[in-house]
Amino acid sequence: MERHLKWIVPVGTAAIGLVLGALIFGGGDKPHDEVLVAANPLFSGGDGGSLQGMQVTGVRHEVHDGESIQAAVKAAKAGDVIAVYPGTYHETVYIDKSSITMTGVVREGRYPTLDGEKKLNDAFLYSGDNITIENFKIINYKGNGVMGQAGNNFVIRNNLIHDAGVYGIFPEFGKNGLVEHNVLSGIEDAAIYIGMSDNVDVRHNKVYDNVAGIEIENSRHALVEGNYAYNNTGGILVFITPGLPIKTTYDVIVRDNFVLDNNHENFGAPGSIVSGIPAGTGILVMAADDVVIENNIIAGNDNAGLIVTDISSVTNVASDPESEPNPDRVRILENVMFNNGNNPIGELKALMLTQLETKGPDIVDTGAGSDKCVMNGARYRAYGLGSYRPCRADEISTATIASMTLSAPAEPFVIAADTQDGYERIVGERAYYGVCTGCHAYGVRLIGPPVTEIQAIYEDNPEALAAYIADPVKVRENFPEMPPQDYLSEETRLAVAKYILSTTNTDGR
Amino acid sequence: MKLLGAALAALLMMQGAVRAEDFSLSQACPPSFQKVDGLCQFRSLYQLYPSLEGQGVGGLKTGLPPIRDGFSPQQIDLGRYLFFDPLLSADGTVACASCHEPDKGFADGRGRAIGITGEPVKRSAPSLWNVGFLKRLFWDARADSLEAQMEGPLYDAMEMGNTREGLLAALNGNLNYRRLFATAFERPATNEITLAEIYLAIAGFESSLISLNSRYDYYAHGQADALSEEEIEGLNVFRSFVARCAECHTPPLFTNQQIAVIGTPEPEGMARDTGVAGPTGDPTLRGGFKVPSLRNVALTGPYMHSGRFKTLEEVGDFYTKGRGHAVPEGEELYLHWHIWEPQLRPEEVKSVAAFLQALTDESMKPETPAAVPSGLRVGARVLD
Repeated sequence: MERHLKWIVPVGTAAIGLVLGALIFGGGDKPHDEVLVAANPLFSGGDGGSLQGMQVTGVRHEVHDGESIQAAVKAAKAGDVIAVYPGTYHETVYIDKSSITMTGVVREGRYPTLDGEKKLNDAFLYSGDNITIENFKIINYKGNGVMGQAGNNFVIRNNLIHDAGVYGIFPEFGKNGLVEHNVLSGIEDAAIYIGMSDNVDVRHNKVYDNVAGIEIENSRHALVEGNYAYNNTGGILVFITPGLPIKTTYDVIVRDNFVLDNNHENFGAPGSIVSGIPAGTGILVMAADDVVIENNIIAGNDNAGLIVTDISSVTNVASDPESEPNPDRVRILENVMFNNGNNPIGELKALMLTQLETKGPDIVDTGAGSDKCVMNGARYRAYGLGSYRPCRADEISTATIASMTLSAPAEPFVIAADTQDGYERIVGERAYYGVCTGCHAYGVRLIGPPVTEIQAIYEDNPEALAAYIADPVKVRENFPEMPPQDYLSEETRLAVAKYILSTTNTDGR
Repeated sequence: MKLLGAALAALLMMQGAVRAEDFSLSQACPPSFQKVDGLCQFRSLYQLYPSLEGQGVGGLKTGLPPIRDGFSPQQIDLGRYLFFDPLLSADGTVACASCHEPDKGFADGRGRAIGITGEPVKRSAPSLWNVGFLKRLFWDARADSLEAQMEGPLYDAMEMGNTREGLLAALNGNLNYRRLFATAFERPATNEITLAEIYLAIAGFESSLISLNSRYDYYAHGQADALSEEEIEGLNVFRSFVARCAECHTPPLFTNQQIAVIGTPEPEGMARDTGVAGPTGDPTLRGGFKVPSLRNVALTGPYMHSGRFKTLEEVGDFYTKGRGHAVPEGEELYLHWHIWEPQLRPEEVKSVAAFLQALTDESMKPETPAAVPSGLRVGARVLD
C-alpha cells in the first residue's frame, strides 16, 4: 500500500488522512502538525478495513471567519485536514487534489456556514479521491451543496444543507462512498443524488421538503439505510434515467428507512426528470434491477407507498435503446405500510378507478420486468403484484450485508504495482509516448533532439534528466526551447527519464 | 464549373511528374503510439487512471474510453496520403482534408461544409481530433465505425461525389498507390486495391489524431497553476450544476457520446434538421444530435450541427437564454433535461469560453504531405 500511495500525489507525503473527531473538536488555535489516525468507519470499520489503524501524517490548516477556505485548500497537500471554524463563508470551494479532509468545527451549535447568497453555483466541487466533507452548513447556492466528479472513496457526513439549489449532495462517477447523517431540505431536485456511481452507502440522513429525498440513479451496489424521508414530493427513488453514458442500476438495498408523508407539491424545474414525479410517492423503483425493499416504514404517502415501474413512466425525454427498461428481480420483503394512497393523482388515479377504487395502494407495479418476489404480500393494499412469486427462504433478509462500500479503498490507478520496477516502467512508457513523442523520436530529430542524443548526454543519470524535464534550459542553437513538464509528478518525471535512457526503440519513435 | 474538365485534365497531366520514389511509408508510429509487434498501440497518461464501469467518463483523473488502435505505421501513413489526396473525389477536387483541415482543428471553419458542388451541405464538418475514441460517427450518430462513416462523404453527391467503382478505378489506376497498398498490406502489387484496404488505412490515420496534452490536461495531471484564475473559474462554471456543461461534455474527452436534443436554431431559412430521428425513425429523437467532443473546440467554429453560432460566447448565450427559447412555435422537441434556465452572468459565459481555449492542443498534429501520390493538389479545393 505504501508503495502504491507514492503515486497518488505529485509531491510530498502521501497519506489518506481521516481524523478522530476528538482531534478536530479539541484542536488548538494554530496550524500544527498532527499524527492522524484513520478512524473513518468507511475505511476502518469492521474487521476488513485495510487502513485500520494506519498511522499517517498530515498538516492541519485552520480557517476562521473572514478567511478563505479555498486558500487553505490551495495550500493543502494530500493527507491534510482543513478545519473550518464557525462563521459565514461566501465561496465555491473546489478540491482538485486527493486525500483532503474538510471538517467543520461546530462550537456551541454554531456551524461554519457556506452561504451562496443565491449568486454562487456550488458550495463544494471535488474531483480528487479520498475527500471527506463534514460538519458544514450550506445554504443559498444555485447548483449543488456538494458535487463530486469522479472522486473515489468519498465521505460526506454531518452536513446541514438547505435550499442549496438543484442537488444537495451529488457524487457523480464515484466509487466507494459514504453519505451519512446529513440533513437536507428545500432542494429543487434530489436532496441526495447518487448519480452514476458504485458502492455507496446512504445512511441515517434526514431529507424533507425536497422534490426528491434520496435518488439512486444509474448506480450499482448501493445501500439506502436508516434514513428519514418526509414531506418530499417523492421520498426515495431508485432509477435508470435514459440517455446517460452509464446505463444500469442494480444491486440496491433500501431498508430500515422511514418514508413518511411525502406529499410536497412538485417544484422541480420544468423539463427535469423529477418534475414528472407525482406528489405523494413514497418509494419509486423505475427500471432498476435487483432492488430490495426491506423493513421500511412507509406511511402517509398520498399517491402510493411504493411504485415499481418501467422506464416508460418518464414521458418527457428522448428514448435510449441502450437502456434496459424493465425492473427485474425486485424483492419486496417485510415492511410496514399503512395509510398510503389517500389522494392518488394522474395515471395512478385513472388506474385505480378502473379497479373501482378511489384510493391509491401501498404498492403498485405496472407489470413490466421478471422474477420479482414479495414476502407476505397479502398484508399490503397492492395492485399489480400478480406476477410476483413468494420470496424464497434465502431471499428474505439482507442482514448479512452490512455495507455496499468496498473493504479496501478504490485504487487511484488502474495498473497494479506488482513490482516497483515494472510499474515505474509502465508509467514511464505512458508518459514518454503520451507526451514526449510529440517532439522527440528515437533516432531522428523532430522538434527536439533524438532520444539517442539524450541517452548519450545523461547515460546513467536519470535524476539529472528528470530535473531537466521539470525545468529545461535552452542549450541548443536551432532548436526551440523545451517547455517545462513540471505538471508531471516527480515520480512520473523520474519514471519517464529512466524510460528514455533505457529504451532501444529502433523503429523511429 | 465549366472549367472543371480542363482543370482536371491539367491536374492529371501533373500526375506524370510525380515519381514513385517520392513516396514511401513511415516505419514509425505516430506520436502517442508505441510500436508493438509491428502495430501501433495507443499510449497516454490517462491510461493510468480508472474510469467507472470502463466508460471513460468522469472527472480530472479519469481514464479514456477504448480507442481504435492496432494499425501498422505503414497503414496509418498510407491513410495520411489518402486523406490529403483529392483523387478520392469524383472529379479530383475534394479530399478528406478539404473539409477536415489540419490547421482548422480538422474542421473547415465554415458553418456548413462545402463539397464537390460548391454548395453548402446540410451540416457542419466535425473535428476529427480524437475521433478514434468515438463509438458513433456523424452528427446523427448513424455510423458505428470509421469505415461506415467514410462511406458517407465519399459517395455523397454533395460531398466527394464518388462511387465505389470510381474510387477503386482511380486508385487501382495509380501505380504509386498500387505499390503503397502492397507495402501497407504486405501483399503483391498485382492484387487489386480493395475498399476494405482503403477504409482501413484512412481509419488508421484518423485514429492517430490525438489531442490530450492541453493546458487543461496539465491541470488534470496535477499542475495547479496550469490554468489561470479565470480559466479555473470557467472550469468551475463548466462543471457546476447550474451550467451543467460537463454533464454531457464529460472529461476526459469532453463528450459522453450520447444523443441530446438541445433545440438550437438552424441558419436563416433552413428547415429543421430532424437529426437522429432521421436514421432511427424515433420521433423522440427529432432534432437530437451526438454530443461533440470539445477538445480543440476553440479552433473549430462556427458551432452546432449547422453552424448557427459563430463564437463560443454565442454558444454560451444560447444555453443561458433557457430551455426551448429558440424552438419555433408548433415544433415538438423532447429537449434534454439538462437544458434549463441557468441564467449565467456574462462574466461566467466569458470564463467558460476562456476555459475552453485551454483545451487547445495541436502538439501531435500530423505533417501535411508535400505531395500526394496522384500528383493532384494536396488537400485540394480552395474556394476563397
